[in-house]
Amino acid sequence: MQYVDTSRNSRQVTLQVNGLCKRFGVVQALNMVSVGIHAGEVHALVGENGAGKSTLINILTGALAPDAGEILLAGKRVAFRNAREAARAGIAAVFQELSLVGALSVAENIFANRQPVNPIGFIHWDELHRRTRELLRMFDVGIDPEALVERLSIAQQQVVEILKALAANPCVLLLDEPTSSLTHRETEILFDLIRRLRAQGEAIVYVSHHLPEVLELADRVTVLRDGYRVATRPRREVTEADLIRLMVGRELRDIYGERATVRRDGEPRLRVQGLARPGVFEEIGFDVYPGEILGVAGLVGAGRTEVGRALFGSEPAARGVILLDGNPIWPRRPDEAMRFGIAYVTEDRKAQGLFLRHAIRDNLVAPRLERFRGWAGWMRDTKIDGYASALRQDFNVVAPDVYQEVGRLSGGNQQKVLLAGWMGCRPRVLIADEPTRGVDVGARMEIYQHLRGLALRGAAIVLISSDLQEILGMSDRLLVMRGGRIAARFAREAATEETIIAAALGTTAAGGLA
Amino acid sequence: MNTVTAELAVSAPRRLGRFRELRILLVVLAFGIGMEVYTIWQPGMDTEFLSGPTINTILLYLASYAIMACGMTVLLVSGGFDLSVGSVAALASMVAAILMKGQAHLAWPLAFLIGLATGAAVGLANGLIVARLGINPFITTLGTMLIARGLTYIVSGGTGRSGFPDAFHYLGAGKFLGIQLPIVISLALVFVFDFLLRKSRFFRQNYYVGGNEQAAWLSGIAVNRIKVFNYCLSGTLAALAGLLFSARLNAAAPNFGDGDELKVITAVIVGGASLAGGRGTVLGAFLGCVLLAMIRPAITFLQIQDNWEKFIIGAILIGAVLVDRIGRRK
Repeated sequence: MQYVDTSRNSRQVTLQVNGLCKRFGVVQALNMVSVGIHAGEVHALVGENGAGKSTLINILTGALAPDAGEILLAGKRVAFRNAREAARAGIAAVFQELSLVGALSVAENIFANRQPVNPIGFIHWDELHRRTRELLRMFDVGIDPEALVERLSIAQQQVVEILKALAANPCVLLLDEPTSSLTHRETEILFDLIRRLRAQGEAIVYVSHHLPEVLELADRVTVLRDGYRVATRPRREVTEADLIRLMVGRELRDIYGERATVRRDGEPRLRVQGLARPGVFEEIGFDVYPGEILGVAGLVGAGRTEVGRALFGSEPAARGVILLDGNPIWPRRPDEAMRFGIAYVTEDRKAQGLFLRHAIRDNLVAPRLERFRGWAGWMRDTKIDGYASALRQDFNVVAPDVYQEVGRLSGGNQQKVLLAGWMGCRPRVLIADEPTRGVDVGARMEIYQHLRGLALRGAAIVLISSDLQEILGMSDRLLVMRGGRIAARFAREAATEETIIAAALGTTAAGGLA
Repeated sequence: MNTVTAELAVSAPRRLGRFRELRILLVVLAFGIGMEVYTIWQPGMDTEFLSGPTINTILLYLASYAIMACGMTVLLVSGGFDLSVGSVAALASMVAAILMKGQAHLAWPLAFLIGLATGAAVGLANGLIVARLGINPFITTLGTMLIARGLTYIVSGGTGRSGFPDAFHYLGAGKFLGIQLPIVISLALVFVFDFLLRKSRFFRQNYYVGGNEQAAWLSGIAVNRIKVFNYCLSGTLAALAGLLFSARLNAAAPNFGDGDELKVITAVIVGGASLAGGRGTVLGAFLGCVLLAMIRPAITFLQIQDNWEKFIIGAILIGAVLVDRIGRRK
């Protein structure tokens, strides 16, 4: 049995698809799509949600069968009836959701069901660990083969996931949004691994919404739009603006919209002083005025989400002062914060934001059920229907009606539902935590417009985001958190990506004015 | 690339973390020694807690639970669940009893094998319903639990049987190296299944199935076959437990094993398995059985009211899961 082929270069294989078509009901998800992936290249696949990326990936991994077209692997025509056949043919995929078993070791996860065994089926542990060490050393990864996976960081788990895919010795590796849960530094580590794989002749398909990443990593970029392949270009010949134009089919000068002037002469809408929860965050203080968007940048784990949750009362701080329009408040639970007009849109819509198996309508009213309570506590259903339909239209949630299950919507539409529900509460303070994570450009633009609109109506917005361009594009002022403290404050004009990163990493004594 | 290597290095204390059973082993030892000290120091106590007779009582009491726990652990690790074990134990022993005692007058080994086959058949039904029809294990085995219990009453006419051939009675009452056979058999099975679940690739597959079914399937694991096998195993072991129990008592009654399923599941979870699947060991489950089996004699020694047993077991279950959760937090 063969485990890891160290002479990887001998199996350079090209994946070619020709004229792939796939139709779901009335939607032509893929229309005569042809694309070739060479050995030793990172081929990025970009496009808005619904452009056909997922359909293409699902066909390549055998989860879906195409209506027409062919897949050629090393020049031979292949057809996969299921995901297992695709894996056997040498196409490995790493999806956003990890497939690891926490209670098992790194080695057992990487060699899932391919552990070396003796003739009567007992696992040969020394050999298993030796092979794992070999593999880890090959990719210069310093993880202990015997460590339990549940003790690893997300980034380490992501690396193990990729090594697991590689241990099957695939010739084509599909990576679907592998950096969505990684920090900047962890992304670098992952890219490093991907580059080494490329050098070893692996054909890599890289799917991402994050265009700067795509431009940093890819050799060629294929853009899909509405089921068509609109372009395949070498990396050197495209800019981010080109890609956006190709993806949305129109020019996008400034997707962040027009900034309004903020009057800072009155009482701040939200004033926070000396907010602290020992070990998590300390000495947090800032003002947000009506109509202002305050950006909060920093690495994942810097304490940004925790500050947001403290303001919302879901995990109250230990001490500090919170003033709302000059009045001291101290929300101990979310419902108290909501009564003060504070709304919090979570960064994790699937786990914490939405009721995925319930209808759009039920999700939209979830934050304000109180308002729709009628006589003797009965829900006023017709009122809810009207309210939900209006919100759906306002936020352009693409669905036939408000009775659709939210879990079946695309990521962008789910995010719009989440945001719409909270904005429908007409909050005085909105804390938006990563409001555009995993959302395509079109939906992002709409979300930005709604945030601007809310600010224009006088709300104070705290925008927590890891997307530096978003922070720079949206914020009136911004602060950077590092290790639970505010590392720097910037007026919008004074901030650049470089100064923010420097402050977030603590590489210079970055500071600024506020 | 040294920075990358350094950053990905794991500093967690892995060796200690590997031996999951350590915690429950310590609890069992502390409990046992604590009771021993109490019985030595307490005036007017004529037997010690850690004496031969008490230990024998405990092991004999938990023998059938330990046997069922072997199958249940494998099931829980794979993300499954079996509520039917108590009923299956009763059904299997009743079927064997009727075959030995009734007009059939079957030779006891044949009756014994048919009893085992009965358990395997119910397990097969569980497995096929769960794996092929995709019905939730809780619902499925709740259904077969009622069906098997109902069948037991139907075939027995609601009355017990007793007075089996000596050779059959010997299975439950006989001794091997001075130890009663059910104890020997249960310890042997615990040893074998713990070893298999640790070392054999076939049984190891359960961790993947329970951890992430889709990923397991993509790794080439025949998920459905494993599930069906596991339920068959659980059913067969439950039947064996029931047969040994009735052999020991030289009787079979339709209400045998009522509620055993919950005791077994409790012990397995106290022993470190999770209802969510993907974790657990047979040794841990066995220690869980030991801990729960010690409560009743401890209550007798402490001269507390019997009814505290259930209260204490419930508290231990919740406490064990809580401690486990705290321990896993970084």
